[in-house]
Amino acid sequence: MSIFADAAMVPMLIGIFCILLLSSLVTLILKFKLKSTEGKALVENLSARIKAWWVMIAVFLAATATGGAACLILFALTSFIALREYITLTPNCRADHGSLTWAFFVILPLNYILLAIHWYGLFVIFIPVYAFLWIPVRSALSGDSKDFLARTAKIQWGLMTCVYFVSYAPAILGLAIPGYETHTARLLCFLVFVVQISDVMQYVFGKLLGRHKVAPNISPNKTVEGLIGGVLSATILGALFYWITPFQPWQAAVMALLISLSGFGGGMVMSAIKRDRGVKDYGSLIPGHGGMMDRIDSLCFAAPLFYHLTKYFYVH
Amino acid sequence: MIMLNAICGFIRFFTGIEKQRFDNAPVTTQRIYIANHSSHVDCMVLLSALPAAIRRTVRPAAAEDYWMATPLRRWFAVNVLHIVPIPREKLTKANNPITRLVNALDQGSSLIIFPEGGRQEKEQLPIQDFKCGLYHLCKQRPEVELVPTYIGNAARVLPKGKFLPVPILCSVKFGQPIRLVQGEKKEDFLKRAQLAVEKCAS
Repeated sequence: MSIFADAAMVPMLIGIFCILLLSSLVTLILKFKLKSTEGKALVENLSARIKAWWVMIAVFLAATATGGAACLILFALTSFIALREYITLTPNCRADHGSLTWAFFVILPLNYILLAIHWYGLFVIFIPVYAFLWIPVRSALSGDSKDFLARTAKIQWGLMTCVYFVSYAPAILGLAIPGYETHTARLLCFLVFVVQISDVMQYVFGKLLGRHKVAPNISPNKTVEGLIGGVLSATILGALFYWITPFQPWQAAVMALLISLSGFGGGMVMSAIKRDRGVKDYGSLIPGHGGMMDRIDSLCFAAPLFYHLTKYFYVH
Repeated sequence: MIMLNAICGFIRFFTGIEKQRFDNAPVTTQRIYIANHSSHVDCMVLLSALPAAIRRTVRPAAAEDYWMATPLRRWFAVNVLHIVPIPREKLTKANNPITRLVNALDQGSSLIIFPEGGRQEKEQLPIQDFKCGLYHLCKQRPEVELVPTYIGNAARVLPKGKFLPVPILCSVKFGQPIRLVQGEKKEDFLKRAQLAVEKCAS
């Protein structure tokens, strides 16, 4: 069932719309209030971020509403862009060219095709086992042993994070939860909503109350106050929206708590890679946010956890 | 032109080109873009980074023996890229590459030139020394500005000797235009032009 025709989704859609409208208004007010150069820069970034949110949410909802195929294509494109940013950032040598061709043009599409044909048994092991085995073989065949382990590990990591983990989000659409089969799009919206609202609230709480940094060398913007505030608000909002899920309110809260925490972990890990490479963002695709990977880092780590927990407890 | 724009659109999607415009000179300003060369895709990446209105006026200087070798390449070179064919062997008065470039300038075209001649094995600084053809060209048409351009990461998209490109984010950075100064020595000018291109890399 299309999420736009689904009465249960209406409060969430209205909620999202109101949050966006409210944040656009707040930015507009801040624009007149803050006069310092620092404040102006903040408002400019904030306004770019919120504009990008409007676009991202519109694209995501449109794709999800159109049904499975559009959603798969959207996430396949997301994976493609994220993997491209990741590979660009992590240097590799000429000898990896063959492996990279495989990663982009064979492994990535196949991973999503497996989802499209509902072959979940193979999907779950395709990248972690088969791609994991084949990439080093292909690299070895090109005959350069310099930094071999590091080179292959980088490509394997890219495939795992940018392709495999990301594709767990659309994989949710195929979960056969008894009595809920036609509503899985709601579950995908729940995951994306909780993860992203947790990110946003971490940012907001961090900016307002942030004092103690979690790991300043890895992510200067992540604070303990932001983490607690963000994860708690995501947990509460997740519990409030329990009726679009097959969960009880307390179960929805636990799920929201776990995926927010996992998402936080993803943000830290992807930041650590950026800091190691000495850059601030993965790219410049999304104004105000940075690259695609900067936006989906938390989804990467939250999606597989959410999929498997839901599958373990609710499918059968 | 439609074909070239379509290809450039695809390349922008494929390599997500990040570009830095240097100024807002009118599109009619005739210029010579001089760039580092480390990949077959350099020329397409540079064309993709230019606004369509400027792209229309630009002709890349490219090796005649390579581009005229097969009918397909020839068709692409003549009808899509509008290259100025540069002979690399058996130079005579009739096929003098400099004369061809000067003629292209006189017809109002802008040019893309890779003054290193061949491609680098891999993208690295410093780039190779510039060939002296650039000097002789500028000597004849000193009023035309040179735009130093640095193409980043194209060698990772398609390294020398490989056939399939992989998607890697490329960057195209333009520097402040330079000109041949009256009385400037050949070596000094070529070095200055080379440094100007290298400076764009940072």
